Amino acid sequence: MTEQIVNNSVKPLTQWVNLQQPLAFDDYCQAGGYQGAKVALLQHQPNEVLEIVKNSGLKGRGGAGFPTGMKWSFVPMFDDDDEDAPDNKYLVANADEMEPGTFKDRLLLEGAPHQLIEAMIIAAYTIGANKAYIFLRGEYHLAAQRLQQAIDEAYENNWLGKNIQATQFCLDLYVHSSAGRYICGEETALINALEGKRANPRAKPPFPQVSGLFGKPTIVNNVETLCNLPHILKNGIAWFQGIAPNSDAGSKIYGACGRVKTPGLWELPMGATLREVLYQHAGGMQEGLQFRGLLPGGASTDFLVAEHLDTPMDYDSIAKVGSRLGTGGLIVLDDKNCPVAMVLNLLRFFAQESCGWCTPCRDGTPWAVEVLARIEHGQGKIADLDTLAKLCDFMWIGKTHCALAPGAVEPLRSALKYFHDDFLQHIEHGCCHYNPASVAKRTQVSQSHTNQSVAANPTMAGQSYE
Amino acid sequence: METIDILTMDYQHYLTATEIAAIEHEASIMETREAAGIEALKVVQEHRGWVSDESLFAISDLLAVPVAQLEGVATFYNLIYRQPVGQHVIHLCDSIACHLTGLDSVLSAIKEYLNIDYGQTTGDGKFTLLSNACLGSCDKAPAMMIGTAHYQHLTAESAVELLQQLASKGELDD
Ligand SMILES: Cc1cc2nc3c(=O)[nH]c(=O)nc-3n(C[C@H](O)[C@H](O)[C@H](O)COP(=O)(O)O)c2cc1C
Ligand code: SF4
Ligand code: FES
Repeated sequence: MTEQIVNNSVKPLTQWVNLQQPLAFDDYCQAGGYQGAKVALLQHQPNEVLEIVKNSGLKGRGGAGFPTGMKWSFVPMFDDDDEDAPDNKYLVANADEMEPGTFKDRLLLEGAPHQLIEAMIIAAYTIGANKAYIFLRGEYHLAAQRLQQAIDEAYENNWLGKNIQATQFCLDLYVHSSAGRYICGEETALINALEGKRANPRAKPPFPQVSGLFGKPTIVNNVETLCNLPHILKNGIAWFQGIAPNSDAGSKIYGACGRVKTPGLWELPMGATLREVLYQHAGGMQEGLQFRGLLPGGASTDFLVAEHLDTPMDYDSIAKVGSRLGTGGLIVLDDKNCPVAMVLNLLRFFAQESCGWCTPCRDGTPWAVEVLARIEHGQGKIADLDTLAKLCDFMWIGKTHCALAPGAVEPLRSALKYFHDDFLQHIEHGCCHYNPASVAKRTQVSQSHTNQSVAANPTMAGQSYE
Repeated sequence: METIDILTMDYQHYLTATEIAAIEHEASIMETREAAGIEALKVVQEHRGWVSDESLFAISDLLAVPVAQLEGVATFYNLIYRQPVGQHVIHLCDSIACHLTGLDSVLSAIKEYLNIDYGQTTGDGKFTLLSNACLGSCDKAPAMMIGTAHYQHLTAESAVELLQQLASKGELDD
């Protein structure tokens, strides 16, 4: 165990992960834990830590890839005697992880809770927050229990509470377990949820960095983003940048799910290619299956196909081929699963999780589901493809209140592009050619659904769907 | 006949002392009493299995949050039940990784065994079946959650076996 830790320097985030029994406080310290926090609190002023994080090149791992240091720099800083100083600022770890196909934060939460706590101490110290929350999705019960235990240990050892390690810095940390709603992961919705309100996203500006939780400056960071901090502080910027061969610094926890041989998670230097992750780590497709395509970073990213497999999984490279790195979790489609059914499943998720605040998303996502269901069940028509394309446009960036709807558009619009033939075949042959036997059954299930849309559509009248 | 003025009715006596203590503890951590709303709903649900209208009014009273706002919160979340549920609530993941790896057959097997659809409770009150967004077990899909326990790598057979075990013993070995 110990040897492994020493040799594992390129896997900073997962070297201390133990899912069976996470390291207790003493073991975590012995392994090298809380040293990063020591460097921050005992050797640096907050603004110096900010410079280190800025210069490290760390980017947010929550999906958008925004530079972490820059995000922090928007938080107003005050002198001790400043009358305008707010009575508090807040740090929130975003552990809501509900993006389908994403399960990386769970590994860090369940496997190395002290690492996140140490990270949050560093982040809170830097922005001057005295209160922090871990916003945890309600389904992660084991994580809640383990985090609370680690928090208790941190309090006992003066890493939380008053005058941490005999400095002036005080920090209280709480776990807030949510109750199951994807939109709570959006940072302004998350803030509303924490305030006890219905979790609709807020308008920006004001940005949370200036006016967030309870109207106070607030930073929301992803769990994986935060977990990099202890290592950056302990080992330095050069070390962090040296991990990755390209412009994006550090490591990344990549994942793969779907019908691959060995689904799972792997911490690799930022910029491993899709092919490496899919074939070397996930073992390629299961026996008898061919690769069709993948979503590179969770449900709300655009499909990529075989021609893209040599793309490095860093923010810029994936963006160049028309998708997003997102959360770095591959969702892999094989040749015996129907792409239309896959997109239908994805859009159903977005329709269900739409918070209903703005019209394009509230009406657009269920509409897309309805049209996709019609096509999948063999009752689509060519004009449906235009409708879907139009919906993609209606729900694109700038036309909705938050990024959920554009996220829903990404797999849809790219599927229309890469799996156009599949859509056409469904429409032309009036069935799903992946699963012809199931059409009758499925039609029955969605009868009320289809009847409605048929009735509302004169061109379809007269056709029978019994 | 006597009439009751609803507006002045005090609902707090609907909550037990234990529940009130747990809710007050949550309220003491948060900046505002309103912010403890979701925790309060969870506390009540933990004790009673679901959140009734009376419980909702009582929490609203205790935390001084408008009922409408609290109801907006309660109905927003998947894990707050505003209707009575069975002894075991099955949260079956219906998101993409589970879909790609055999959700359909697991779902049909469960539906057939329990003879209920999503959103329904069995006649004997033992099981309620709900769908759930991705449970974070995508590499071990298909997956479901019952209570606080997560079950992975499901097949039609293993899922039904689990439910049989639950039905007979009332609890599961992890
Ligand atoms: C609908 C929606 C859901 C989101 N869910 C999550 C989530 O579960 N976890 C997360 O870290 N970020 C999520 N985000 C992104 C957050 O809004 C935010 O960008 C992120 O937490 C910032 O952290 P980072 O800068 O460390 O990446 C979501 C965004 C949207 C629009
Ligand atoms: S885009 Fe969807 S989730 Fe976001 S605010 Fe609008 S309705 Fe809500
Ligand atoms: S999609 Fe089912 S657990 Fe993630």
